Amino acid sequence: MEPGEIHALLGENGAGKSTLMNVLYGLYQPDEGEILVDGKPLKLKGPSDAIGAGIGMVHQHFMLVPVFTVTENIMLGAEQVRGGIAGFLDRRRARREVAEVSERYNLRVDPDAVIEDLPVGIQQRVEIVKALTRDVDLLILDEPTAVLTPQETEELLTVMRSLKAAGKSIVFITHKLGEVKAIADRITVIRRGKTVGTASPEASRDELAALMVGRNVRLTVDKAPATPGEPVLEVAGLVVDDDRQIRAVDGIDLTVRAGEVLGVAGVQGNGQTELIEAIMGLRPVLAGTVSLAGDRIDGWKPKKVLRAGVGYVPEDRSVDGLVKEFSVAENLVLDIYDRPPFGSGLALKPDAIAASAKERIEQFDVRTSSADTAVGTLSGGNQQKVIVARELSRPLKLFIAAQPTRGVDVGSIEFIHSQIIRERDIGTAVLVVSSELDEVIGLADRIAVMYRGRIIGIVGPDTPREEIGLLMAGISPDAAHEATAATGEGPANADGSASEDEA
Amino acid sequence: MTTNPNPQSGSPDKEPASEAQAAQNALGNTERAETATLPGRPQPESEPKPSLGRMFLDNLWAANTFTVTLLSLVLAIVVGAVLMIISDPTVLSTYSYITSRPSDAINSSWTLVSEAYANLFKGSVFDPEAFSAWVNGTGGWQAVLAPISETLTYAAPLIFTGLSVALAFRGGLFNIGAQGQATIGVIMAALAGFLLPLPPGLHLLVAVLAGALGGAIWGFIPGILKARAGAHEVINTIMLNYVATYFLTWLIVQNGVQDPTRTDAISKAVDSSAQLPRLLGGDLRVHAGILLAVLATWAVAWLLNRSTLGFELRAVGANPDAARTAGISVTRTYILIMVFAGILAGLGGSNMVLGSTASALTPLVVAQIGFDGILVALLGRVKPWGVLLAALLFGALQAGGNRMQSYSGISLELVTVLQALIVIFIAAPALVKAIFQLRAARAARLQTSLAKGW
Repeated sequence: MEPGEIHALLGENGAGKSTLMNVLYGLYQPDEGEILVDGKPLKLKGPSDAIGAGIGMVHQHFMLVPVFTVTENIMLGAEQVRGGIAGFLDRRRARREVAEVSERYNLRVDPDAVIEDLPVGIQQRVEIVKALTRDVDLLILDEPTAVLTPQETEELLTVMRSLKAAGKSIVFITHKLGEVKAIADRITVIRRGKTVGTASPEASRDELAALMVGRNVRLTVDKAPATPGEPVLEVAGLVVDDDRQIRAVDGIDLTVRAGEVLGVAGVQGNGQTELIEAIMGLRPVLAGTVSLAGDRIDGWKPKKVLRAGVGYVPEDRSVDGLVKEFSVAENLVLDIYDRPPFGSGLALKPDAIAASAKERIEQFDVRTSSADTAVGTLSGGNQQKVIVARELSRPLKLFIAAQPTRGVDVGSIEFIHSQIIRERDIGTAVLVVSSELDEVIGLADRIAVMYRGRIIGIVGPDTPREEIGLLMAGISPDAAHEATAATGEGPANADGSASEDEA
Repeated sequence: MTTNPNPQSGSPDKEPASEAQAAQNALGNTERAETATLPGRPQPESEPKPSLGRMFLDNLWAANTFTVTLLSLVLAIVVGAVLMIISDPTVLSTYSYITSRPSDAINSSWTLVSEAYANLFKGSVFDPEAFSAWVNGTGGWQAVLAPISETLTYAAPLIFTGLSVALAFRGGLFNIGAQGQATIGVIMAALAGFLLPLPPGLHLLVAVLAGALGGAIWGFIPGILKARAGAHEVINTIMLNYVATYFLTWLIVQNGVQDPTRTDAISKAVDSSAQLPRLLGGDLRVHAGILLAVLATWAVAWLLNRSTLGFELRAVGANPDAARTAGISVTRTYILIMVFAGILAGLGGSNMVLGSTASALTPLVVAQIGFDGILVALLGRVKPWGVLLAALLFGALQAGGNRMQSYSGISLELVTVLQALIVIFIAAPALVKAIFQLRAARAARLQTSLAKGW
């Protein structure tokens, strides 16, 4: 990092950007390696060390006390006191300091406003002011635009430019190409925890997209050509909101046929999660229809959808997929515990559960010391195999797998992929959602690319990955040439939808 | 945590799969660790297998749940002894010249404390004097069984309220409202007991069921508020406790409820046809409530471990998101949990007026059984058979406390302090571990269930 430089850290979700920055900010301890500041190695025991070394961070999720005023939040942790031992808070001085800093860097904030009344963009500005009052030289912005509207993003970029002019260095973490090209002086691309390349902002979007999704690691999946049958899942005009009541799926039409794999590609946070949750009945459908083999299933409860022959691997296994305290055997019947042979009436049949668990642990190669082991003690790959085993061991019409191999070791990835293809070959319609482009390309017979709640293109699996990468960045094939020719303020800049999972 | 040849013991909080194991679990992890080494279980480590005896000793001094519970008891007894000494002026005065005559202080303290605890034991478990009197023919067998009878009488309602709190806890809800549910239960049971002219047998059944129904209603309210409106059950159950308490106070003095021969706040007495039969004759207070309590413990254990409903309940309690994704209706489960918790607490309340403790409603008829139920549930590690054992301990403390008060002049409140201390210590396993310098358990996952649910 040079003084007065904006360095962009580009990578997909889960690539390790946030982890790296948390290490830099002293929140995590490095297992190996060291951090150099001005040529000297730096040992950080916590954020206060980092602040002392002149490193400030604005988190993706703001660290503000909602009921405090702007000044109080900025004072927090570095309270000015007067009156000696009596220790009265010196609000007036703090307030003056806030006003001064916001004046100097052209960051307009009202020092007396209460945080919870402020819009997100202003809250973020408060975070930046907070960092600046601590006299930092290096400011880390972790996905700062994820929660901002296009206008707010534009203002943020202006602020970053003025900070740069004042000699501050900025690390800018993002996965949005347009912003990077607009502001960065230097770009480092991270993929799966490794630096895969450095680029200058003059690099084309194609080059950046290719670096980001990675062309080196290609996991091939052996499979015969698909023999698509009747349509099984039909989605028409689907509209769904996310948890914050912001439109996440904005009119999607989709058909998955028996015996084919439809892959949904896209950068995380473009509505994929909400799309499948709506299909599963976990999220209300605001408009449009979802049909399973001809039956309207929108408005059904999740249990009814599952019963109708839908298998579902949720994207976050530890939150939605497994009960960690439960044993492997119990997790293997988590959604069929009340169906014969595992339950009859009010009674569970522990023997049947144990017998079937034994069988499936064998069949799906789950590495566990016993079926009674708590699932939380298993490795990520084996946990995922438990979910896949559960969902694939009943007759299905439709199998939905979201991020089926996230955080899973290579061996398990291969196994899970082969199981997905096996399910396709017995005539199940398969919908795979993944932000790993390799995975989608390897598995899918058709690829639908989602961008900002819409499907902006359905392509074959032999489409060049660069083209898919562009689609993922929101550049439709026709506009691709224009957009790459344009300087930087592309459509990716206006990316309003947020990704929230990179904690 | 370096080596863990025994992953089974790595989850002290996990519910065992079978009844037998559940009972065994109540005794703590010690046994479980042993069963886990039985053949048929793959041993990932190649180190030589330690003998069972070795394992037992290892685990005994490791910081597992059983050891911590036991040592918490010891600590509470020690602190209780200190409190006894401090609160006794005569004994305390001997400490003013402890440097010149230490034997005085030590002897008088020892006499005070040992006699107090001896009386606690004699009043709750076994009194050797009564036994020798019976053997010599100067006393009846009733006197020998009296301590046990008292303990069981006190324990029965606590088992119900403890189960109520434990069940809700397993479903991820903190039921502070067992007190209110027991209060409504006691009201309904008493009303059914003196207002309905029914034949014996049927009358008792109706009265008990009325108590359960009252509790169910009082559990349903916070349940549906939580499920439909997202209102926190802790707040609502606390508020409903007040409503129930003052409703009882108001109700007692209404016409048709108040005893017409009395001017103070006491209701008519429950008909004898609606009273729980005494088990050991009229002289001993133990009544059929304890049998119902054991039955309820078994039922709750079955419900939790062997029923589809219990599966849903545990899944919702451990991870509501995964439960919802698996098609379990979280809202329905929340309502059911609170209704079941209410039923159990309501049955506990019925015990207070249909058993031998009281036969009429008074403002304090439910005592503190709801709040004590929270302590019992935590001490019993929110497992049904553990709750039963914990309730027996608390019942014994109360029964023995009566004798300790009358014979040794130690205030009955000390028992409450002891109960509180025990729970404080088990809630802070790190403290117990530090005091006794316990090795970290093999499981290395000593956690208290207290923090969950908040």
